Amino acid sequence: MMPGEIVLTVNGKLHTVQAAPESPLLYVLRNELGLNGPHYGCGGEKCGACMVLVGAEPRLSCHLPVSEIGRARITTLEGLIEEGELHPVQRAFIEEQATQCGYCVNGMIITTAALLWKNPHPTDEQIRTALDGNLCRCGAHLRILRAVRRAEKLMSGEV
Amino acid sequence: MAKQDRQGNSGGGPRTGRRGSGRREASWGQPLTNWLDDWLAIEPDGTVTTFSGKVELGTGVRTALAQIVAEELGVPLERVHMVMGDTERTPDEGYTAGSMTISTSGVALRIAAAEARRILLEMAAERLEARLDELAVQDGVISLIRHPERKITYAGLMGGKAFNLEITGNTLLKDPKTYTIVGTSTPREDIPRKVAGQPSFIQDVRLPGMLHGRLVRPPGAGAELISIDESSVADSPGLVKVVQRGNFIAVIAEREEQAILAAQRLKVEWRERATMPPMRDLYTTLRSRPTQDSPLVEQGDYETAFKQAARQLHATYYQPYHAHASIGPSCAVADVKEDQITVWASTPGPYPLSGTLAQLLDVPAEKVHLIHVEGAGSYGQNGSDDAAADAVLLSQAVGRPVRVQWSRQDEFVWEPKAPAMVMEMHGGLDAQGNVVAWDYHVWSPSHVARARSPEQLVAGQLLSGQAASQFGFSFGAERNAPTNYSFPNQRVTVHYLADSPLRASSFRSLGGAENTFANESFMDELAAAAGADALEFRLRYLPDARAREVLKAAAGKAGWERRPSWQGKKDEIAEGRGLAFAWYENDQAIVACVAHLQVDLTSGAVRVKRMVIAHDCGLIINPDGLKNQIEGNVIQSLSRALKEEVQFDERRVTSVDWDSYPILTFSEVPEVEIVLINRPDQPASGAGEPSTITTAAAVANAIFDATGARLRQIPFTPGRVKAALG
Repeated sequence: MMPGEIVLTVNGKLHTVQAAPESPLLYVLRNELGLNGPHYGCGGEKCGACMVLVGAEPRLSCHLPVSEIGRARITTLEGLIEEGELHPVQRAFIEEQATQCGYCVNGMIITTAALLWKNPHPTDEQIRTALDGNLCRCGAHLRILRAVRRAEKLMSGEV
Repeated sequence: MAKQDRQGNSGGGPRTGRRGSGRREASWGQPLTNWLDDWLAIEPDGTVTTFSGKVELGTGVRTALAQIVAEELGVPLERVHMVMGDTERTPDEGYTAGSMTISTSGVALRIAAAEARRILLEMAAERLEARLDELAVQDGVISLIRHPERKITYAGLMGGKAFNLEITGNTLLKDPKTYTIVGTSTPREDIPRKVAGQPSFIQDVRLPGMLHGRLVRPPGAGAELISIDESSVADSPGLVKVVQRGNFIAVIAEREEQAILAAQRLKVEWRERATMPPMRDLYTTLRSRPTQDSPLVEQGDYETAFKQAARQLHATYYQPYHAHASIGPSCAVADVKEDQITVWASTPGPYPLSGTLAQLLDVPAEKVHLIHVEGAGSYGQNGSDDAAADAVLLSQAVGRPVRVQWSRQDEFVWEPKAPAMVMEMHGGLDAQGNVVAWDYHVWSPSHVARARSPEQLVAGQLLSGQAASQFGFSFGAERNAPTNYSFPNQRVTVHYLADSPLRASSFRSLGGAENTFANESFMDELAAAAGADALEFRLRYLPDARAREVLKAAAGKAGWERRPSWQGKKDEIAEGRGLAFAWYENDQAIVACVAHLQVDLTSGAVRVKRMVIAHDCGLIINPDGLKNQIEGNVIQSLSRALKEEVQFDERRVTSVDWDSYPILTFSEVPEVEIVLINRPDQPASGAGEPSTITTAAAVANAIFDATGARLRQIPFTPGRVKAALG
């Protein structure tokens, strides 16, 4: 497990990083690229705090070997911001004040963004099912569900 | 007016260093310093720097405190900058705990800001050659009411200088009726940065040259080191050092994933010892150990009333160990240098912890500079103080800054748990179904075991090999043990155990939640025995108008139908509703809760559909922030009531991950409806805890209403519900 050069596409830019091929993506993103969106939560793919988008798919990055990424485009919470403009899902989370401590919010936003791309008008059950893999200990669930609905409206131009 | 400072000068003066009061020990949450400059500074650019010794634990107090200062001082909210929990900059306000930040730091800052405003007005009167009643304040500008062009700013008056004054405490505070900032739903300042991925948490602190540490903990608290084979990590990439002192073992590596790998690879042999009772014997153990007993309530002739009662009821309730289970495991960064030790930690008590870390390293307390950085929500004492101790030991070992990240398993196994408790009830009803006797006994370890000495931290225990007695004192199990009901004959007794089978410390509301579970479940049992409606039965013993209004507000919102609980129906999916009431700490916030739920009689699964809360915490500072706290309290306490129980065997904690300690998921979260009752004429009491305490009883009472089965042991898992159904 000696570090070597690996090329990654993160948030629209090519990066050459030093990492062993089996290094979990999470630590490369946080410590080599200095990103703060994805967080370590459980290291066991059970809580969602470490989520990133690989292509359009939400993926848990705490066990995902960096060598498996290949040419896929990685988007982190930071990468949802375009030209200084927050993504509608991020705006919706602010407007609904949809966090308490905010540690889990990364995974919530990543999951929501991926859900609404695939399914612009999900049912309540589809939203809850999509978010079931994301744990929140503070109990901000209802605000997060309201934020998803607000994001749905922002993305479809209803508001 | 007393405008004398310590040097006898009047008015401003050169800005002195902060912390005019020096490093003194704060009592429980009560700030000591009366030096105005310890609390706030008017900066030359017109902003106001405010210093609070309290810390942000994810509840939004940073914004609420800023609202208070902006309101009382008369400046826009966005110009108030909070500095919190830094031993070189802020006052010592002890621990952030007990929902007391608003009622302690909030009050201190309110008085300081009012005092600053009065002094600034007096300075302006002199400068503008006007009387005080001719002046008005708007957004940090003082002007003549009749000649608004004659004006001066706060910054202009201060000229970058300090007040150099004691707070007199005699200044009149603003009338809450005139508030424009306090009482509004101000958006929290931290949320925009957190949703954008800007560094916000202790986990995001990075220092130049920083190394990464991971712990290699024993499997259980009583285990002893037999051998450690360093050759097992000889070729582990990036490894800088294996640290072993007593039972304290850790690895330090250049990169985080290298530290994780080395911690996994390091071969360590432990001898485990049985230091805990088998889990099945937990409650008999709690009931059989020696205790210190303190009577909290002794009223009327309980013994006679109980003997003469027409009906006598007995019930025992059980609370298991609960984990704080922060979503982000504890983390800390330390930089131990010869002359200065700097520690970044998400501790709830920066000053007390700095003193304990100084003891651990055997250096003077002044050498330790502790800077609080937010962690994931902790809801009490999680592993954050312990992680700080780990970080200083590792940084000391390599002479470089070290970041320590606990694993999920480290957090579950080693964090101090909310204590297990046994609650025993005896009650007597007369022939008319009135409560004539009430006798409550609670067995509990202390709910508070703050890190006042190294042996109270995991690292200190592992170093010394001593599992020193956890508690120097007992606190917390008395919280809400007494009810606010006007029973004629009653007795309430706390039986404190000297120690806890599992390491324990504070969790949101301390014993308030467990005592209220027992009190309000038993109230329901008495009401059912008396054939009375649960709401009407409570109102009988609740003369206080404020309390009655809260109960009725919850019942009204919930559409409470007045009838005795459980009508004997047995649908396959049985529906029920349950009520619970509590007055937090018997004189703080008042809460009533109604739970609506379904019980699947085949599987025993409980599905909570709707929770209605009425909440009176006096003056409301930030209504939306308050609702956020209440929703969180209700959902978290529902998770605790339905699902949570720390598993262990005689040697170790076996709840090590989210599979072995499941919490509520999105699909299981009910609707929460909240009625806020604002009392601008009443002091603002905290809201971080009160609405956590009524949930378990409301749910247990609703399960009874649905099925006739009484759940007396938390959590109400399908298995327990099935067993209770018989």
